[in-house]
Amino acid sequence: MEIDDQKQQQLEAPAAVPEGFNTDYLRVYYDGKHPGCDQSYVGRREFSFTLENDIYLRFQSFDSAAELESSIKEKCPFKIDIGPVYSVDPSKRHAYAQSGNNVFVPVERELIFDIDISDYDDVRYCCSGADVCSDCWPLMTIAIKILDTSLRDDFGFSHILWVYSGRRGVHCWVCDSRARKLSNEQRAAIADYFRVYKGGENALKKVSLAGPVLHPFLARSYMDVLKTFFEDRLLLSQQLFSSERCQKILDLIPDENVASEVHDKWQGNRRSSVSKEDVNVTRWEQLKTTLQSGKHKGLRRCVEEIVFSYTYPRLDMEVVFVFQLIPVTVMILILQLFRLYHRYGP
Amino acid sequence: MEIVRSHRQVAAAAAAAGGGGGAGALPTYKAAPQLEVRLEEFELFAIDRLRVLKGISDGLSRGKRPEEMEKLVSELWKTHMRHQDPAETLNKDIISHFVLRLVYCRTEELRKWFLSMETTLFRYRFRLESPESQRMLMTEFQLPYKALPHSEFEAVKDKLSQVARSIGQSANVEHVFFKVPFEEVPDLVASRRVFLSKGYAYVAMSQVVSLVVTQFRCNISKALALTNRKWTATIKEQEKDRLTPIVEALSNAYFGPDYSQPKDAVDISLKDIDQLAKSSFPLCMRHMLDKLRENHHLKHGGRMQFGLFLKGAGLKLEDALAFWRAEFSQKIGSERFDKEYAYTIRHNYGKEGKRTDYTPYSCQKIISATPGVGDHHGCPFRHFGEENLRAALNKMGVGGHALEEIMDKVKNRHYQLACTLTFETTHGVSCDSGINHPNQYFSESQKVLRAKNQTMESQSQSAT
Repeated sequence: MEIDDQKQQQLEAPAAVPEGFNTDYLRVYYDGKHPGCDQSYVGRREFSFTLENDIYLRFQSFDSAAELESSIKEKCPFKIDIGPVYSVDPSKRHAYAQSGNNVFVPVERELIFDIDISDYDDVRYCCSGADVCSDCWPLMTIAIKILDTSLRDDFGFSHILWVYSGRRGVHCWVCDSRARKLSNEQRAAIADYFRVYKGGENALKKVSLAGPVLHPFLARSYMDVLKTFFEDRLLLSQQLFSSERCQKILDLIPDENVASEVHDKWQGNRRSSVSKEDVNVTRWEQLKTTLQSGKHKGLRRCVEEIVFSYTYPRLDMEVVFVFQLIPVTVMILILQLFRLYHRYGP
Repeated sequence: MEIVRSHRQVAAAAAAAGGGGGAGALPTYKAAPQLEVRLEEFELFAIDRLRVLKGISDGLSRGKRPEEMEKLVSELWKTHMRHQDPAETLNKDIISHFVLRLVYCRTEELRKWFLSMETTLFRYRFRLESPESQRMLMTEFQLPYKALPHSEFEAVKDKLSQVARSIGQSANVEHVFFKVPFEEVPDLVASRRVFLSKGYAYVAMSQVVSLVVTQFRCNISKALALTNRKWTATIKEQEKDRLTPIVEALSNAYFGPDYSQPKDAVDISLKDIDQLAKSSFPLCMRHMLDKLRENHHLKHGGRMQFGLFLKGAGLKLEDALAFWRAEFSQKIGSERFDKEYAYTIRHNYGKEGKRTDYTPYSCQKIISATPGVGDHHGCPFRHFGEENLRAALNKMGVGGHALEEIMDKVKNRHYQLACTLTFETTHGVSCDSGINHPNQYFSESQKVLRAKNQTMESQSQSAT
């Protein structure tokens, strides 16, 4: 059944963040904030509540919005998770267990992605962990831009909901019915399509763009979004080429000779620079020229690799598979708002 | 198993039942045919198909490129399987496949080999089919894709080129593309090997081939497991007097000259053996001679492998008896030798008992031997540890770069290629046909040396 249009209507204006946490605030918040929902479908959707004292209730289901609303008001959960839609009403699953065969199975589940700002800790100097500021939040917004464009243009999805995950990142919920029916294998394939960043803790160079040209998706991401963002914003906001920080970029160059050659040049120029232009910009231009000169083999894609390393979206590869429950602690950010934030900051 | 039962049935036409393939000549072997098969055909058809599969195996281990493999497969098929009447060809195709399933279902190693060769055979036969035939096959494998119409192709041509180049292929080589919902090709999406637009993946023909072949492989794999269960459960016992011996013999079949009657009958004499060993014996036989000289004894496996080799190389029975007696009597005395060992030697020459003239072992048989403690037979490239093999090759005068190349082949389990390389290195010539029989090694070696001698003679003659 089509609940796509109705899901769009759920989008709400941001709520005020309470000063201190209080169960009463929860009551106030929950009152009047509930989405409309389709009757027969929602009855098979799993919700789970985490109550005071860490009591965890799974397989909650409701036949109507009103039921959901009253249950929440009554129980005042500290945390609500939304699970998949099952083949039968989750709260009645035991009745079906008698009949033997796997009758109680998840059948539909939105396509969900999770981007965590703490995954960018190795490329931002302003904050770390769950902290975010106006210098590094743009990493999130461009990640959203790239993924959103690809989900629409490449995969043909249209009902996409971006949500601030309440602590340190964003969730993407793709609600098209086609998306809801994807198997785990297909979800993993989409996640892999988006994956560029492949390193673990020990890999120095984590982005490797082989091939004489980039796949159209990567090329478009680079030309339309990443290049400008890196050169016009990130370079400067993070001072990537300052004396203490530039080594990190040089470490991404596979040819050690070239890296040390450039490094020595910068050491030499430090005191003699009279240019008004920011040192970051100058050094980046110098580096680009060297890498793209064609004199050195194997450095063909190095410029792009550096840009991708710093700016390309880093998906949490524990991509949501059909079984998992996703926290929806505070739903305040919507796509229209994201555009505002992008201009003015969080 | 249908084939077996149908031996008792009356003949029926092949084409209809054959297990799919529609109007095309390429069956998918989904179901065993309801046909009558004559017992001779049972074996002969299987042997011919086996020649094709072994030819493919050979081509693959030589690292032939796809275009070369395509040509090879076409030639092999034409030589061994094609009949004037396409219906007969199809008949033979299907029967031989199902017979070989019986032969190759019985162990893990056999299944792996068969699956690999049949899949390769299918892949290249598919490539050689006409576009219509390919489309019909795609439908059979539940890949009912429609080719992109020209106008649409033109619109996305540049992007398709870009994708091709991004995965290291040449641009503008493929012209047939299929527009497929992305959900159906997750592997291609995941590795960004396709252009995506509005939920559709643009899949090249070559990628579709991969999808088809993957499914084919999957089907055959399942079928082999099933066949094995049926074989073990009922057929083997049921057919123990008729099909089972044929099936078991087929899996060890060798298809080169058998060297049981040496043609270039250069009788080798006793006194020549040591010299010949140094110049022309393959490593396996050199080794056994060394050990025989050292220990004055060889266990049964070694006596068979080495003894038959010597026979194939032209050692007469009387000389063979003298040879073995000379060695063994140093350990056990000539009386015991005459009582316990002479009989076996005469047996090998067909002078006793069943009077079957035993044929010298092929490389394949030698490689698959399982030498135990105290044994020296088998194939050194397979059965020796790395250190011992290096030492043995050094003794033959093989070292440096050539030795490393040989060890590399061994690491990749291409034992016969390793032996061929050894031959090439020690003789200074190339051996395109590859070594697959120790007696072949010997006769090729003798040929080379004779030629060298002749050259030297004529040189010295002209010099005087």
